[in-house]
Amino acid sequence: MAKAILTLTLNGRPREDAVSHNVLLIDYLREIAHLTGTKMGCDGGECGACTVLVDDRPRLSCITLAHSVAGKRVETIEGGARDGRLSQLQRAFHERLGSQCGYCTPGMIMAAEGLLRRTPKPSTEEIRQGLSGNICRCTGYTKIIEAVRVAAGDAT
Amino acid sequence: MNDAPPAHAPPRLVGERVPPRLVGERVPLIDGVEKVSGAAKYTADFTHADALVGRIWRSPYSHADILDVDVSEARALPGVVAVLTGDDCDVPFGILPIAQNEYPLARQRVRYRGDPVAAVAAVDEATAERALSLIRMRVTPLPAYCDPKSARAPGAVPLHENRPGNLERDVHHQFGDVDAGFAAADIIVERSYACAEVTHVQMEPDASLAAYDAERDRITLHTVSQVPYYVHLKVAQCLGMDTSQIRVVKPFIGGGFGHRTETLNFEIIACLLARAARGRVRLKLSREETMITHRGRPRTDVTVKVGVTRDGKITACTCETVQAGGAYGGYGIVTVLYAGSLLNAIYDIPAVRYDGYRIYTNTPPCGAMRGHGSVNVRYAFESLLDEIAREIQTDPIELRRRNLLRAPLRTINDLMVESYGLPACLDYVEQASGWRERRGRLPKGKGLGIACSHYVSGAAKPVHWTGEPHAVVNLKLDFDGGITLLTGAADIGQGSSTILAQIVGDVLGLDLSRLTVVANDSRITPKDNGSYSSRVTFMVGNAALEAAKNLKTLLVAAAARKLEAQPGDIECLGEVYRVRGSQDPGLPFGAVVKEALAESGTITVKGTFMVPRKYQGGSYRGAAVGPSMAYSYAAAVAEVTIDEDSGRVTVDKVWAAHDCGYALNPLSVEGQVQGAVWMGLGQALSEEIRYHDGLPVAANMIDYRVPTIVESPDIEVKIVESVDPNGPFGAKEASEGALASVIPAVANAVYDAIGIRLRETPMTPDRVLAAIERHERAQRRNRPGRAA
Ligand code: FES
Ligand code: FES
Repeated sequence: MAKAILTLTLNGRPREDAVSHNVLLIDYLREIAHLTGTKMGCDGGECGACTVLVDDRPRLSCITLAHSVAGKRVETIEGGARDGRLSQLQRAFHERLGSQCGYCTPGMIMAAEGLLRRTPKPSTEEIRQGLSGNICRCTGYTKIIEAVRVAAGDAT
Repeated sequence: MNDAPPAHAPPRLVGERVPPRLVGERVPLIDGVEKVSGAAKYTADFTHADALVGRIWRSPYSHADILDVDVSEARALPGVVAVLTGDDCDVPFGILPIAQNEYPLARQRVRYRGDPVAAVAAVDEATAERALSLIRMRVTPLPAYCDPKSARAPGAVPLHENRPGNLERDVHHQFGDVDAGFAAADIIVERSYACAEVTHVQMEPDASLAAYDAERDRITLHTVSQVPYYVHLKVAQCLGMDTSQIRVVKPFIGGGFGHRTETLNFEIIACLLARAARGRVRLKLSREETMITHRGRPRTDVTVKVGVTRDGKITACTCETVQAGGAYGGYGIVTVLYAGSLLNAIYDIPAVRYDGYRIYTNTPPCGAMRGHGSVNVRYAFESLLDEIAREIQTDPIELRRRNLLRAPLRTINDLMVESYGLPACLDYVEQASGWRERRGRLPKGKGLGIACSHYVSGAAKPVHWTGEPHAVVNLKLDFDGGITLLTGAADIGQGSSTILAQIVGDVLGLDLSRLTVVANDSRITPKDNGSYSSRVTFMVGNAALEAAKNLKTLLVAAAARKLEAQPGDIECLGEVYRVRGSQDPGLPFGAVVKEALAESGTITVKGTFMVPRKYQGGSYRGAAVGPSMAYSYAAAVAEVTIDEDSGRVTVDKVWAAHDCGYALNPLSVEGQVQGAVWMGLGQALSEEIRYHDGLPVAANMIDYRVPTIVESPDIEVKIVESVDPNGPFGAKEASEGALASVIPAVANAVYDAIGIRLRETPMTPDRVLAAIERHERAQRRNRPGRAA
């Protein structure tokens, strides 16, 4: 498969890579950019573990072609921390146990990040809707909802 | 053991110098920062430029004799480095020493659709994929049995030669005088229940990374296991290598729930491929393959019969289970034994008879899943109690209260119950749910249901009985003043590393900043039996407690030398050691460490834990399954809404109380209980493995319906602390016991809402509608004066 130059902004930094046309965004992130924080949980579009932000919108990187995000801003879980400190969502997921095994967590946090950018003070119902494409098998979701509310400054 | 548990958040005097308490506190996971930042490395995250891609070719037949497997074209394909078949390994494996009937790659016979037959290692995905498409298998098809009935039918071909009638194991246990018990009963009720097969769906798909060092004939395996030690043994066994030449590393693990409590075929295949390719092989299974590798809870038919006196005292119980075990042994024998043994140790039942049948079927092997063995029987039993309560017009909570145990005691089947918080669990869910005020007064279509459950805190007999202690923890203290906790206990997300660090830190009066946990690298960490049967907090926790005390003894002795005092006079305040009562500033921790090391150099201490004989159960056949040093208890009330037009059951809220002995980390206990309750809800409402001619038709996360966040209710958790005399600080398990209660709680709530008893799980809309229709037809027939 022929390669072409893919230009994008990844976690705030411009990048250029020679990437085949059929490469999925998740494989670009994990195998080419070596950012393995984004996880593969299913065979395509079922679980949300691979969620990243593309121009602030949650996107399933496992069913997105890498070249389709050319020129856009892509954000992964690794881009969350600022100056080496966790983002508010990351901190809330950590401190409130919104993450147990951690495997759904990168996708869950990116979906929540997308939600909070659209709706900074979501209701519990809006949190449920915003995360409805993300499966977590560990937490039963109760503490995930709590973590998002804490990060939104809506709960203590 | 026997350490008095600290009260949660004890009040402190201003200016009082006290070491920080870690135990009993809401401590976030010690490895949580890695998880939320994306830094945590799971098995598939180890990318190596030189790694070959491994893939497995699986049987398209449910049951067939293999005539030959032709891999010549695949082997000839450029870029293919190794191709293996059953001819390349003739050593069977299995988790139980008495049931090893699986080969890494099938030999002579395939027994389910998806049974691994051949494996390839190639330079890239595309080549591996292409190689798979070139593999051919010729077979003589055999009749396939996808349910116990056909597998048991006369003349059925046995899946395994030594198992006529496809009976893997039958269990017939009787304790107490069952006939006399039923004779003393005023009411006897018997019902049958059917539970669909369910599976773990841990979020991380299966993966292994095996590296063969051809120069030294050694293997290093990174894998997704809950039981790295058992993987180590089986890899050595199947590859014919000495255990010392194998190294097993457990990286971060994305959940397990029982899927990973046995050595799985792909882990051995990865090692076989690496050795054949003389290099490194990365084997990542798809979600579909992961769900076919399975080892979940079997389809189970349960018939329970219970006798009670008019005032609600249980006099006797019989129970029969038939489990569709799948194609290989796995943990099957243990599952069918647990189902019987855990009829006991929750209520006072003077006589119990159990008949269990584990049947081989041509479907992916079942195994251990959260609440192993106990869940489906508990659903049946607790549903039946609800029916009995209606029959004798007694409140279902009251009926349970009349049958409570009085700990300490030894059950009729030799289980020791020393702490028992079930009464407090019942009290809490009754009160929190507004049971008395609200039950029977909810609007149409809404109902409340109650049920209880329990589980072991570690199997008193390990799978491989070697006579060694049940758990070992090492602590290393070095010149840097940091303490490294070395454990083989597999943290799979349940938080075991955090709990162990809390225990050690608490004993030494240190906070977590001085502690590092190294878990699971067979080259470094002491052997551990693994994360199953909820054994880690109890057993490894006790070992950690002993190790910490041993270290403290050395540090106190060093401080005494330096301060020229008796060890008995030394007070350990964590960062400071001083002579008790003195106004001295005392010695800082660093100075104590220096003194201690001056004596011996780097310090390594050990703590061990052994389950005393009296807790290891009776001497009858099968007595090894069920005994534990402590049992957790749980009660749940579910509130549901049923839409009678669509048949949809919505769980609006669950109140769950769990007796974990003592909450070493209340935050973690809540999380574990919520997770367990929620997993029970999935089984209650929507989860179901289905086969069409042996073909799994729900081997993905859309058709296999794990509840999403939208369908998941708020789960309110109450922690009950019965303070077990043997648990570390009184702690028992917190991850499994609460699961089973929620399924019957939902079923009982459905009855409360619409007066219809669902005796099948999951309670999907089609089943609910069918039950409503059956009910209405029966009512029409019974209506007096109906037209002839
Ligand atoms: S990996 Fe499951 S939706 Fe992308
Ligand atoms: S934390 Fe394990 S899947 Fe969500």
